[in-house]
Amino acid sequence: MQPSLPSHHPLLGPDTAILAAQQQSASASFFHNQRTNTAHQDANSNAVLAPASGAMPFTVAPPQAHAPFDAGALAFDAAITNAPPGAPNKHTTYPYVTGTSVLAIKYKDGIMMAADTLGAYGATKRYKSISRIVPAAPTTLVGAGGEISDFQYISKLLTELNDNDVIRDDGVVLKPREVFAYLQRVMYNRRNKFDPLWNSLVVGGVDQATGEAFLGTCSMIGVSYTDSHVATGFGNHLARPLFRNEQRDDMTEQEARALLEKALRVCYYRDKNSINKFVIGTVTKESGMKVSEPFSLSTEWGYDAFVHPTKHALGSW
Amino acid sequence: MPHAVSTGTTIVAVEYAGGVVIGADSRVSTGTYISNRASDKITPLSDNAFLLRSGSAADTQLVSDYVRHMVHQHESQLQRPIDVPTVANLVMQIGYNNKNALSAAAMLVAGYDAATRQGHVYAVPIGGTMVRQKYAIDGSGSIFIYGYCDSEYKDDMTREEAESFVAEAIALAMSTDGSSGGVVRLVTVNEDGIFRRLHAGDKSVPRFGEEKDVHKDLTDKANAMQT
Repeated sequence: MQPSLPSHHPLLGPDTAILAAQQQSASASFFHNQRTNTAHQDANSNAVLAPASGAMPFTVAPPQAHAPFDAGALAFDAAITNAPPGAPNKHTTYPYVTGTSVLAIKYKDGIMMAADTLGAYGATKRYKSISRIVPAAPTTLVGAGGEISDFQYISKLLTELNDNDVIRDDGVVLKPREVFAYLQRVMYNRRNKFDPLWNSLVVGGVDQATGEAFLGTCSMIGVSYTDSHVATGFGNHLARPLFRNEQRDDMTEQEARALLEKALRVCYYRDKNSINKFVIGTVTKESGMKVSEPFSLSTEWGYDAFVHPTKHALGSW
Repeated sequence: MPHAVSTGTTIVAVEYAGGVVIGADSRVSTGTYISNRASDKITPLSDNAFLLRSGSAADTQLVSDYVRHMVHQHESQLQRPIDVPTVANLVMQIGYNNKNALSAAAMLVAGYDAATRQGHVYAVPIGGTMVRQKYAIDGSGSIFIYGYCDSEYKDDMTREEAESFVAEAIALAMSTDGSSGGVVRLVTVNEDGIFRRLHAGDKSVPRFGEEKDVHKDLTDKANAMQT
């Protein structure tokens, strides 16, 4: 029984993807995620690249007893909903549930990647058990900061990518470099449609054939590069300087772990949208891929300057 | 100028040892006017799964209608009851694929699977993220009970403990949030079925920081003061 869908389905979007899918198969198309839209330049779009900071129009704002009702807070984006069929989708113009830094370094045996497990809702530390590092291929991990729903979507794409590779069963598995190239194209093409996936990605792994470690990063507008150490968000400012001084490609596992923990601690001290609950993922040629159970780090608050901050100057901080 | 109808709301869902307990307030407002003081924000999506709705009343009602329709088709094809994670995924797909239109629909999905004998609670906030949680809260009133819930929640509660946790949480939220109020509706879903309960009125819904004694008029109050 095939449901007859109107040409512009109110839920599933413009007609092109639906009609094309309908021609192929009936039930499978009902939930077809659209990945390709007709490419229109939306000349009026702006603020796509605005940083997600400060004023985010959440509806769950503190109630104000006598403030006039703000229709803008509940209004949907009329320009999009009233757009004619075939016009570009604009999904993520601003993020809602976000992850913060991801840090990653190369070391002697492979790569190590770390992130906390928080999904923040503005400044509210709302979801405290989100996994932001996922396996993408047999020897590749992908970590993300930014909008969690978009990362969940990316995780689905990666699962499909790997499933297709497994189905092929040709004795060749996806390399980290290939996963990275795939994600670069996804991010850049979405950027070109003014409909970005609001994430900063880190791709890390080991090439099974050569044993070489791989580490790369890709931003929401498709800026990407590879290096011996990468980070997203706050990590770029807090962790990369530490990595520049102390990371070496031939570090031992203990040294690498210690360096990552040092960087994670600093990120926790100085990034307000972070929690003291982390996971570390490792990929090595010998032991393959694993993501640790969540753990916490010790923190230091007993400095005399912290206990008696106003000792020398009353009214200081 | 007409104001959009909003379920201001406090919604809470908890997984306990053997099922789920879900609860919601009953206030729906247009601007400052309470358009419905006894609404039911706990909407069945299947025989075993419920949607808790907060934010835009229209958007969440339509989401529930679409998902219910898709659930019927799914069960008809599979010839067995749908499982809760699939229901939650359907809600997420709508929330995610229409995130620019649904900027005010935050929902929870909760239910019980007889096949696996497990309760499930999923949060589907604005934007279409889907997160399974042991307990979840949402709506404008939920921000006032983060402290209460963090402090009072414990794993593996009994049904009675879970029900009083949810009822107390919603009563506390209602006492601080102007957009939440009315009655407390509770639904427990477990292997024995679906059980609805209502906490209504001065006797059943605790009030915090308000007049405890209800006096009929000023004379009554003056008399009460003299004794």
